[in-house]
Amino acid sequence: MIDKLFSSETVAEAWQVISTQFPQAIWETVYVTILATAFSVIIGLPLGVLLVAGEKGGVLPLPSWLMHVLNVVINLLRSVPFLILMVLVFPLTRLIVGTVVGTVASIVPLVIAGFPFVSRLVESSIREVNPNIIEMAQSMGASPFQIIVKVMIPESFPSLLSNITIAITTILGYSAMSGIIGGGGLGKIAMNYGYYRYKYLIMIAAVILLIILVQVFQSIGTRAAVRSDKRLKNK
Amino acid sequence: MIEIKNLTKTFTTADGTVEALKNVSLKIEDGDIYGIIGMSGAGKSTLVRCINMLERPNSGSVIIDGCDMGLLTQKQLRRERRKITMIFQGFNLLMQRNCLSNICFPLELDGIKRADARARAYELLDIVGLSDKAKAYPAQLSGGQQQRIAIARALATNPKVLLCDEATSALDPTTTHSVLELIGDINRKLGITVIIITHQMSVVESVCKHVAILDDGRIVESGEVGEVFAHPKSAAARRLVFPEGEGSAVVVNSSDERFIRVVFNGAHATGTPLIARMAVEEGIEASIAYASTKSIGEKAYGSMLLGITGGEDNVRGAIQYLQKTPDIFVQEVTLNDR
Ligand SMILES: Nc1ncnc2c1ncn2[C@@H]1O[C@H](COP(=O)(O)OP(=O)(O)OP(=O)(O)O)[C@@H](O)[C@H]1O
Ligand SMILES: [Mg+2]
Repeated sequence: MIDKLFSSETVAEAWQVISTQFPQAIWETVYVTILATAFSVIIGLPLGVLLVAGEKGGVLPLPSWLMHVLNVVINLLRSVPFLILMVLVFPLTRLIVGTVVGTVASIVPLVIAGFPFVSRLVESSIREVNPNIIEMAQSMGASPFQIIVKVMIPESFPSLLSNITIAITTILGYSAMSGIIGGGGLGKIAMNYGYYRYKYLIMIAAVILLIILVQVFQSIGTRAAVRSDKRLKNK
Repeated sequence: MIEIKNLTKTFTTADGTVEALKNVSLKIEDGDIYGIIGMSGAGKSTLVRCINMLERPNSGSVIIDGCDMGLLTQKQLRRERRKITMIFQGFNLLMQRNCLSNICFPLELDGIKRADARARAYELLDIVGLSDKAKAYPAQLSGGQQQRIAIARALATNPKVLLCDEATSALDPTTTHSVLELIGDINRKLGITVIIITHQMSVVESVCKHVAILDDGRIVESGEVGEVFAHPKSAAARRLVFPEGEGSAVVVNSSDERFIRVVFNGAHATGTPLIARMAVEEGIEASIAYASTKSIGEKAYGSMLLGITGGEDNVRGAIQYLQKTPDIFVQEVTLNDR
């Protein structure tokens, strides 16, 4: 098995695929992940903030039925396995992108899966903000909007950064999974060569690249979070 | 002027209701430094939080310069709050902002231009003596410095009232003293009315002009600081003034004897040698009419009532002599109910 895996012709063939198709695939994976995370944050950040601010006794109390609906919808989306969610949102994907296959099309299900996850992460970051600081802002006459924009988000910024990093790596994993049904990138290559044609070496190479990408995103994110945190004295 | 009229506040919790304030009425004149003192749970925080409506009272009203705080709309209330600012036990600085932009914060809320806000912030840093910390982050400052930044921030919008809720409780005696001095300075120079909430006698004694004693949600006594502390009438006031239990009644030795009250707030001295030294060095003899002091480590806490004969000169001399020791506050009291 091992010597077959590394025989000179499989290596040559693998190298052929790696050098011609991987650059494009890496690029697709990276941009799909970043775009999907960006859209997930655009939707998930306000929702996550509302999950905290909208509570009874929060800075912007919302009707309790609305909070209830919000929570149920987020939990629902979070509990559907990603592959099934992808199929379920086909109609929506077709409506927005015009097709359900391809790299761009995979962004839609990634965002549908990503934003509820991001909103829960944002919720936990925002809850870490010291309530006394929010009270201070109220005592100085800050409006609910000012408290959200000038206190809650900036004060939890380092925590938000590290949580968004978690979201990026999770969405990267989902994007690879989306290769199973029509998505592009490294996941598609791993599926096509590894699963359908038994070219394990190519699959392994794709997986290693996915691992490296996760490491790179994670270490950039962690470093950014630590650097941005002004509570740490010795830097 | 701040008028608090028949304020009542009840909290409903899972295990019943708590009456935090029971029909509280107070009048605080402009430019005063007013202490509100009471044991833990007496309702002090609830009372200050009702002044700026962070807590809505169940009944009663708070009227500041003729404006009934309870009747304002949210928007009006937010504008009014910029005139009644607050400092806290935990300082509550924005940890991700440097000192300068912490001080700019209330100005930003007010929509002041950035350049103007910064210029004002630098002025305030100068007032609180921390000009060199403009670019430092709160985590890099000591507690006392953080409270100074919080004071600068509270002053940014030119408030007419400064509310201090246990503002020095997290600080050591020396730092407490310097922060209180700063608050006293601000009161004198800027004419801001200050309300100080505390559970420490020494805080009230060192800066306040008037004091109210809050006990179990009620104001049990109020008046001038010297007056209230020289002869506390209520049980709660006695408990605060004589924490160790009240001594035997003050014995008045001769009719020209006058009394001074000496408060030890962590001074490096124990009572008796100090009095003995005063007799030797100044030739002023004092009889101890009442004493309740305790020493923690090498520091003395508590208070003492000294009887001094020999008229004005001796009384002055004694006050001057004793005040030379740091962390001792001295004040003449009249025992007019003898
Ligand atoms: N939000 C609240 N919900 C329920 N009960 C409360 C609430 N806030 C205060 N209380 C109760 O009201 C009473 C007065 O509380 P308050 O915080 O005003 O006391 P305090 O005098 O400031 O005490 P301390 O010196 O410990 O700060 C207490 O019995 C407290 O348990
Ligand atoms: Mg309190």
